[in-house]
Amino acid sequence: MNMFTVSGSPHVHGGESTKKIMHGVVIAMVPAILVSVYFFGLGAIRVLLLSIVASMFFEWVIQKYLLKGPLTITDGSALVTGILLAFNVPSNLPGWMIIIGALIAIGMAKMSFGGLGKNIFNPALVARVFLLISFPVQMTSWPKPSPITKGFTDTITGPTPLGIVKEGLGADPPKTISELAPEIPSYMQSLTGDMGGSLGEVSALALILGGVYMLYKRIISWEIPLSMLLTVVVFSGILWGFNPEQYADPVFHLLTGGMMLGAIFMATDMVTSPMTRGGQLVFGVGVGLLTILIRIWGAYPEGVSFAILLMNAVVPLINRGFKPRRFGAKPGVEIAQ
Amino acid sequence: MGILKTFALGGVHPEENKLSSNAPIEKLALPKQAIVPLGQNLGAPSKPLVKRGDQVKAGQLLAEAGGFISTNIHAPVSGKVIKIDNVIDGTGYKRPGIIIDVEGDEWLDDIDLSTDLKTEIELDGKAIIEKIKNAGLVGMGGATFPTYVKLMPPPGKKAEYLIINGVECEPYLTSDHRLMLEKGPEIVVGTQILMKALNVKKAIIGIENNKPEAIHHMQELVKPIDGMTVQPLKVQYPQGGEKQLIKAVVNREVPSAKLPIEVGCVVQNVGTAFAVYEAVQKNKPLVERVVTVTGKAVKKPSNLLARIGTPIHQLIEAAEGLPENTGKIIGGGPMMGKALTSLDVPVVKGSSGILLMKKEESVREPENPCIRCSKCTTVCPMGLEPFLLSKASKLGKFDMAESEKIMDCIECGSCQYTCPASIPLLDYLRLGKNKVGAIMRNRGKN
Amino acid sequence: MDNIVIIAIAALGSLGLVAAVILYFVASKFKVYEDPKIDEVEEALPAANCGGCGFPGCRAFAEATTTSARKNKNLDGLNCPVGGNDVMQSVGSILGLEVEATDPLIAVIRCNGSIKNTPAKVKYEGATSCAFAHALYGGEGGCQFGCLGLADCVDACDFDAIHMNPETGLPVVNDKCTACGACVEACPRDIIELRKKGPKDRRIFVSCVNKEKGAPAKKNCAVACIGCAKCDKVCKFDAITINSFLAYIDFSKCTLCRKCVEVCPTEAIWEVNFKPRKPKEGKAPKPVAEKTVAKENAPTAKVEAGKAPDNETTE
Repeated sequence: MNMFTVSGSPHVHGGESTKKIMHGVVIAMVPAILVSVYFFGLGAIRVLLLSIVASMFFEWVIQKYLLKGPLTITDGSALVTGILLAFNVPSNLPGWMIIIGALIAIGMAKMSFGGLGKNIFNPALVARVFLLISFPVQMTSWPKPSPITKGFTDTITGPTPLGIVKEGLGADPPKTISELAPEIPSYMQSLTGDMGGSLGEVSALALILGGVYMLYKRIISWEIPLSMLLTVVVFSGILWGFNPEQYADPVFHLLTGGMMLGAIFMATDMVTSPMTRGGQLVFGVGVGLLTILIRIWGAYPEGVSFAILLMNAVVPLINRGFKPRRFGAKPGVEIAQ
Repeated sequence: MGILKTFALGGVHPEENKLSSNAPIEKLALPKQAIVPLGQNLGAPSKPLVKRGDQVKAGQLLAEAGGFISTNIHAPVSGKVIKIDNVIDGTGYKRPGIIIDVEGDEWLDDIDLSTDLKTEIELDGKAIIEKIKNAGLVGMGGATFPTYVKLMPPPGKKAEYLIINGVECEPYLTSDHRLMLEKGPEIVVGTQILMKALNVKKAIIGIENNKPEAIHHMQELVKPIDGMTVQPLKVQYPQGGEKQLIKAVVNREVPSAKLPIEVGCVVQNVGTAFAVYEAVQKNKPLVERVVTVTGKAVKKPSNLLARIGTPIHQLIEAAEGLPENTGKIIGGGPMMGKALTSLDVPVVKGSSGILLMKKEESVREPENPCIRCSKCTTVCPMGLEPFLLSKASKLGKFDMAESEKIMDCIECGSCQYTCPASIPLLDYLRLGKNKVGAIMRNRGKN
Repeated sequence: MDNIVIIAIAALGSLGLVAAVILYFVASKFKVYEDPKIDEVEEALPAANCGGCGFPGCRAFAEATTTSARKNKNLDGLNCPVGGNDVMQSVGSILGLEVEATDPLIAVIRCNGSIKNTPAKVKYEGATSCAFAHALYGGEGGCQFGCLGLADCVDACDFDAIHMNPETGLPVVNDKCTACGACVEACPRDIIELRKKGPKDRRIFVSCVNKEKGAPAKKNCAVACIGCAKCDKVCKFDAITINSFLAYIDFSKCTLCRKCVEVCPTEAIWEVNFKPRKPKEGKAPKPVAEKTVAKENAPTAKVEAGKAPDNETTE
């Protein structure tokens, strides 16, 4: 006999799934992966593989033996965390540190909150900040980019553009921006990724490409990246207009450090960002402001990860304060009698 | 055409799958036995007036309204009442119903069965409403709210617009579409009757843009008529929802927990407009309706004119049989329809379609954890936060659900349709609505 | 240097003094008199805060009993189902009142529509919630009165006293039940009833709530009460009433004579915790829902309604 199914409506589903979203994010990260391999060579591949394998391993172990829940490594979220973690570290980071980072990301930042969807902070960023504070030397010695075509030169390290500016302005006697200009990579170099930095953050162009793909696939919405980048431009622009010798120009802020990576892949993380459009705008503005504040007046040259983590912490509050516009909340219409 | 109108917030665009849009309306043969449930409308069930052994003629009153929000039920067939018993209905529960053994097809004498178009409206507003009430008319779109109640605005309120709902935003369903194409003139007269009953000067027929022939046909028909227009609308689900349709057509927002009359609008389905025509001009009560029988595996997707009380297996046979791998039978469309538990369920006044889904289509994806993607919030046409509301009702926090406006939910299913984690959001929302509704009613009593 | 120390001590000391004085006056001004007996009563209560007594918690119940004792000199209508007689006696002695003993109650599941007895005709998919399923449709087996098996009662229980039996798909109550009534409240179909535990935990009840006529009820469920009234005829104590094709045994009149169990043609009447009776000659022994041991969590707990008499043994 035919056994019919009974369930509540709706009886059709749009076909969207967590897995598809995660795979979409991975596809969006492919350009940045390719660029990192091009500039950092084998080191990049090593970091990427290690980070991915370690993240997925920890997810599996914790889910199976500690939480004793259904296996979740196939949903792709650990894969995304793994790649993002690799994106956030230099390509010459010792392997054991990457494994510790993966453990922190998956074990502490994600699983200890109850797994996918329940974490407050972006796992990859928690791991990055943990590594940065625990191993400051290794985390800030950036290998100089050297295209694969020129052979591998893994040993030479140099500072990031943000580091150059921070150090130069804070030197005794302080240098001015124009004095530092020869050391700073050109806009073209920062667009393509020919500058020192973490694996995934160097090429703004590759990241934007991924961002456009995710916008097209509706994995992310425009609110967070746009409001964050606009805030950065406006805030740093005001300072730059005020004194161009003391403060770097807005385009420099946009293209260097983890700004693009943060705006496109980290701040937009669904789990740790607000739910409504208004909330997302506020979140983006907050991240932008905090980033510039840290970059210019903070102790660290880079502030994107701290800014995003700080704003992550206030997301529950933002969610409570910014409700979607309710249909029918407006007062009624005057009716002509 | 420029930018097409639609409603403001949210919405989704499910695959349309209007498989039966080219199938003309066919008259279905009479059933051997008609099963007429007594609860066919929103509100109180009707009270039976006949008893076992009575001979009835088609169109004869079988049961009278059991309260203010209730309707009359007429015999859809002629024959002998064999029992008044509990019968299975679309809700999956056995409820009282009248079972008639069909004998011949005899109608009451004062019912005009001819197909001639009668355009003159002789009755005045009050008489029209009385007639609609006596004919047992309900909203034919599926909500089955008694029509006459909508035509009597509460004191102090006045209707300004009559909006005729030809949107049919549910995927698969085509009964309204075919009705507009084949019974256009009657619908226009029905609309005029409704305008007269409501004493409004303006009527707008809203039709989604995926039915260009219907838009064109209706536009031609309303040209000579004062105050009546056709409004093409962008395809967007749930545009057929009353509040969404009003927003789309006249850009007014019905306030939370209020009725459309609050913004001067009355919405009626095209099927209802046709039924109004038949009731007022032809004296024919609501005893038959157009039902779409469709589904991807159905051999002959059809639009059938079936008598109320016909068991649905007979309609499925007319569409050349139940496909082998049917996994789910849905009364209505895929977004808001109700899964049926049996093939013996009869056609009722609110049956707009029967959708047979294949086994592989009827399985839900396993539920995953919420990734807080906020897609449910984005698509909610009422601006609610389904993830929050479903969680609140799952955890029993009904006070929170109430303050977050769970009662505004129109149960359109857009949230669950779009949820990447396949969470049964609407199941929990419905549960919450039931509980919160009960709490609110209790509060009213104390 | 010394000066600074002295100033600091003096400043802090005087601040503390001022604060203490203010606190003293405020505390005495806003002091709320509370009967010390409330605390005593609360101490005696089981502190489960289950709400079974009808009050939001044990404290509220303690207040209510104390007030009632002061004003009405009795504790009528106030009972802690969790604590039972012992607790109510001690509450009574604290308040200086005699408390009548009440019979202990237990939750009883009045449905035996197991997977075997009520074969599924449709498949349910959706939220794991009886309340939702109840609103959606009649039930997988077609019985619109029977257990939906989605464990709302299990979720409602604070005492780990009710579990689902995966073999039957029905809930099972164990000895931890305190008769707080949370499951009764949670069940959308009113299947669970609080009944007297009975002497030696023996009790007889109708394990069915189907109000349909005999034929349609039996069509969906092999062990449904068909309202044949045989039990009513055989009962000498007028304990059985038949209402809309459903028998109900009044536990205050039932003397546990077990006559009704014997005559029931569908095994809808259950006897619990009786000794198996001797087989009569020429008749197969009638199976009895015996005191059995729960397999899950509590290995020593007695099972209330878990083991349905297997159909095979009856044939």
